[in-house]
Formats: sequence, structure tokens, C-alpha cells
Amino acid sequence: MTMLEIINLRAKVGDNEILRGIDLKVGPGEVHAIMGPNGSGKSTLAHVLAGRENYEVTGGAVLYEGKDLLAMTPEARAREGVFLAFQYPVEIPGVTTTYFLKAAVNAVRKHRGLDELDAMEFLSLIKEKMQLVEMDQALINRPLNEGFSGGEKKRNEVLQMAVLDPRLAILDETDSGLDIDALRIVANGVNALRNHDRAMIVITHYQRLLNYIVPDFIHVLYEGRIVKSGTRELALELEEKGYDWIKGQARSLHAGVQRPEV
Amino acid sequence: MQASESKELYLSEFRRHRSDGAAKNPPWLRQLRESAIESFQELGFPTTHDEDWKYTNLDSLISVPFHYGNGAVKSLTAKEVLAPALADSECQRLVFINGRYFSELSDLRRLPAGVRVESIAAALSKNDGFLERHLGRCVRIRERAFAALNTALTKDGALVVVPRNCKLGEPIHLIFVSVANGGAVACHPRNLLIVEDGAEAQIVESYIGLGTGNYFVNPVSELVGGEDAVIDHHRLQRESAKGFHIGTLEARLNRNCNIAAHAITLGGGLVRNDIHAVLAGEGSECLLNGLYVLDDRQHVDNSTEIEHRSPKATSLELYKGILDGSARGIFNGKILVHKDAQKTNARQTNKNLLLSADAVVNTKPQLEIYADDVKCSHGSTIGQLDRDALFYLRSRGLDREEAESLLSYAFASEVVGKIKIDSLRQKLNDYLLSKFTRNSESKIP
Repeated sequence: MTMLEIINLRAKVGDNEILRGIDLKVGPGEVHAIMGPNGSGKSTLAHVLAGRENYEVTGGAVLYEGKDLLAMTPEARAREGVFLAFQYPVEIPGVTTTYFLKAAVNAVRKHRGLDELDAMEFLSLIKEKMQLVEMDQALINRPLNEGFSGGEKKRNEVLQMAVLDPRLAILDETDSGLDIDALRIVANGVNALRNHDRAMIVITHYQRLLNYIVPDFIHVLYEGRIVKSGTRELALELEEKGYDWIKGQARSLHAGVQRPEV
Repeated sequence: MQASESKELYLSEFRRHRSDGAAKNPPWLRQLRESAIESFQELGFPTTHDEDWKYTNLDSLISVPFHYGNGAVKSLTAKEVLAPALADSECQRLVFINGRYFSELSDLRRLPAGVRVESIAAALSKNDGFLERHLGRCVRIRERAFAALNTALTKDGALVVVPRNCKLGEPIHLIFVSVANGGAVACHPRNLLIVEDGAEAQIVESYIGLGTGNYFVNPVSELVGGEDAVIDHHRLQRESAKGFHIGTLEARLNRNCNIAAHAITLGGGLVRNDIHAVLAGEGSECLLNGLYVLDDRQHVDNSTEIEHRSPKATSLELYKGILDGSARGIFNGKILVHKDAQKTNARQTNKNLLLSADAVVNTKPQLEIYADDVKCSHGSTIGQLDRDALFYLRSRGLDREEAESLLSYAFASEVVGKIKIDSLRQKLNDYLLSKFTRNSESKIP
């Protein structure tokens, strides 16, 4: 049973067409990595899936658990279990992580027909999840991401993911700006959240992250299309040969969408 | 009604009062009042041709014939008064209704010895020379029509004197309630607040409007801080939509005095807040911390003036506005640095959040600097909710309204966060959270 099906997705930002026909199927329990050079459309794909304005879908469809994802508001997608870990998490002075995350958790729970958590219940939930990302209690009572280092911001994203328990998690360059220690902590957190029901799309520029979060499938995005798919060996090949190799390969494909080889 | 007719109504009220209640005033006060009414007569009501009143048209205030409620007000319960004032049930307080002091609603049981908190009328009857020495020193009746009117017509208000080195352990609340049912009422509360050398005090003035009719409150507070005194002063304004509020705060800071003056404007139909802080003593420090949250057709005009008269003084001003509906907000912040005020450090910031297409804000800083070794900066912004932040919150499951209200609340919290009285800050936070969440039931009346 496919959790996410992206069919010939096309999207533009302003006048620029960025996504030029993406096809992808993700099943529960699977981890798919999406790699690609700068400008290939990785972040655009993440934002289109999350429902960001300014990203205009010009063709194709996205089915999430059989439902039309693109017709849903961002909050509806979140409540249905879609989570995007941002590449550049925003700072929101005046709003603490604790406050807003409790509101978010309860919005999701209410949607699922569950009772809302009170302050005590929420606190014990978040304390448990903070251990996954080795996060200090003090940070969550501060305004969201304010003054956080890059690593702390990314860990906060993974913390939110742990608390919100999504069915589909999209990690947008979660490794960018992280040193090796921060990377290890973030990856551990993500790995701890892998299970049979949850699917993940891990978007990254560098192969390095995939040593820690070992994907089931890898797809390479170039100029708005998936031009090659494989398993983890593909990542190693890319690391060795660089993106120019892919670009060379892509140019020799016919114009129009080709089913990528797996 | 024309301005001249309206002025005449106030003048005749003065004459009536002079021969009635004010007849018992001591000579020095009668003289002060005469001089004040003469000023008012000469100055008249400000018009939009006056630079300082350029954005605020007073026609709607001038056209209402106000009466002077004479205590024939049915008393309210403590709860009806304290809840809107965001005050605890046990707080130490003076309560005034339509300008008249109500001892039965006031509570001074825990007042430390030596601290004076009483109605001005009561203090006057003691005839101890204190008021003669202190009342009116900070008020510019020659230049300010409403301050002059207040001086001429005031019947009562609060006197607070905290003696040298006395550190008050809890805040003093001065609560002014206007109840207008039937005729339009006016009152002119006059407060004299003195915190002597080395003393520390927290004072909360609240202005509440109940009832359905028009009313006009014209309070003037003189706040004097002695050397090394530390004062947290608050003005919480929750007038009704039919309320006209023209408020004046004159603050004087002596050497090393530290005053934080918080101005929280949540209500009122037509509001003008005039704050004048004079850093008279070397090393003095003042914080002007203001928040105005407006909706519908409210009009709020904030006019502040910080005067650096002596060296090494610091002033920090943060005023934030959140405007919705067709509200109109004005911020006019003047900083005047005298020639001898070297090493002045003055920072002014005004930020405005517009939540609707029809809300309007005018923001104007004015810097007049005559000293040459100073650090002065000012900045103002007018903007909308941050779209990235909105999307972030929605991507976590909050719907559009929840996300907007949380961000509006967050915008206000920079100002509210500077309030040190825990219960006041928390109640204000609760109020703002429920105000911005349109769907939820309001917990605070």
C-alpha cells in the first residue's frame, strides 16, 4: 500500500519552472533519499509537499494515503501526519517551543479523535522525546529557535518530529550547516524514529548524511526531474564520480519523462 | 456643538465648582485653579493645526456636553472593579468611581508604617502643607490645555508618598472606574506620586470603563522619583469604546533614579496619552514601555517626550502597536537632549503590526540634540505578520487563525515581558492570548 505517490509533478516559483515532472512512490516504513546539485529542485519539492504559498503547482498530482495532498491546507497536511523538517528553521521571538508544540500536538490529536494533553501530560511527553536528540530542557522554554546554533535548530526540528509522530516525514537538508557531532546526534534521533509505519524522505546534498541515515532507496534530482534511482550504492557512486556524472547521464536521456532505472 | 460653546460649558462648570466644593479649598489651591482655568480659556482645545495634535481631531469630544457625576453612583462590587483592572482580590488599593473616592472598595490594611496612600481630598483636609509644597510642580498648565483643565476641575485623586529608603513589598493599585449609564459623565483625577530617596515602589493606575454611555476621563499624574529611587509605574487603560481618555503623566527623575513607565492601552474610543519624563539628575534612567492594541474604530495617540537635562542619563523607549479593523494609531516620540547632557544614551523604538487593510498608523520620531557627546538612536517599523513564521506554525498543525493570533501575542510579549509584577504580567498575557484567538471564549472580562 503506497503512502505517497507523486505523479508527474510540475511546479514553478514566480516565472521559473523548477519541478519538471517528478514521479515517486513511497511506502510505509521506507526511507527514500533525494540528492541533487544546487538548483535541482530539492527544496522546492519539499515545500510543495508541505504546502508553501508561492510554489505554484502547474501539473501532476500528489496522493497521500490515497487523498489529494495538494488540495489540503498546510495545517490539514500536518494533522494528517505529514511533517517537514525545515532547512532553515525560522526564529519566532515571543513563542516558546513548549507553548506552540503543545498547541500543535493537541491540534493533531483532536483531528485524530484523541483527548487533548494537559500541561503535565505534555511536559512528560516532551521530556521523554528530548532525550532522543540530547536536548537541554532550558532550550524548549526559550522563544522558538531564538539564539539557537544551527545544530540546536536542527535538533529542535527532530524533537518536534518525535513529539508530533508523523506518518510521513520530509527532512529538507537536515545536515546542512552541521558539524560531525551535531550530525551524529540528529541522525541518531531520526533513526530512533524509523519504524514499519513511518515513511521518510531525506533530502540532502552530500552523501555523508546517508552513512548515518541509511536509506532504502536513493533518487537523484537534476533540473527538476528524477534522473536516476538506486539503492545506497548509488550514493557511493555519486560520491566518487560527482554530480557531473549525473548531468552527463541526464543529457543523454530523451526529452520528456523517462522511467528512471532502479 | 462648537469648540467655543464647549469651552463655555467647562468654564461654567468651573464657576459652579468654585462656589461649591472648591470653596473649601485653601487659598493656594484656589489660586492655582484660577490660574489654570485662565490658561485653559486662553489656550482652548487643541486643533489639528497644532503640530502636536496634527493627527487627532477632537471634534467628537468637544461636541459632547458632559455632566459631573456627584457620587450618586450605585456602588460596584470589588470583583467588578478588580477583575478588569487585572488586580488580585487582596491587592492594596484606592478605588475611585466617576472621580469620587470609595473607601469601602479600597484596602490599605497592609500598608507599611510611614507610607502615605490616601485620597487627595482627604490629604487636603489635613492641611499639613504637604500638597501646597508638591502639587502642581511638574505640570505645565501654561502650555497644556488638558492639564490646565484637570488642575482647574479636579475633585479628587490619589496621593502616594513612599518615604526615604522604604521598599514597598507589594504594588499599590489606583483604580479609576467610569460608569456612564444615561448622561455623559466627565472626571479629572489628579494623582501625586512621590517616591523619596532610596525608596522602591510599584504603582499601577488602572482606568476602566463600565456602562453604555459616553464619558470623558482626563487624568493627570505627577510622578517624582528621589535620588536612587526605583519605581515601576504602570498605566493600564481599559476604557469602553464610548470612552474619551486624555491622560497626562509627568515624571521627574533625580540623581540615579530609575523609573520604568509602562503604558498598556487596550480600550477607549478616542485616546491621547501624553508622557513627559525629565531626567533631571545625573545617572538617572527611564524606560518608557508601551503597548497599544486597537480594533474597530479606535483612535489612540501616543505622544511621549523624554528630556535629558543632565549628563550620563539613559533612556530606553519601546512602543509597540497592534492594529486591526479600521483603527488609527499614532506614535510621536520626542527626545530632547540639553546642551549639558553629555554622555546621554537614548534609544527609541516603535514597531507596529497591521492586521487589517484598513488600519492606519502614523509614526514620527523627533530628536532635538544640543549636546555633542551622546548616543541617540531611533527606529520605527510598520509591517504585517511574518509569512515564514506563519507557514512554520501552520506546517505543525495550527490553523491560520491560531497561527496569526499566536504571532500577534508574541509581538506584544516583548513589551508585556518587561512588566515585573508577576500576576499583572500573567493576567495581561492571558487577556492578550484570548483577545487574539477569535474563536476561544474570553477568560478575562
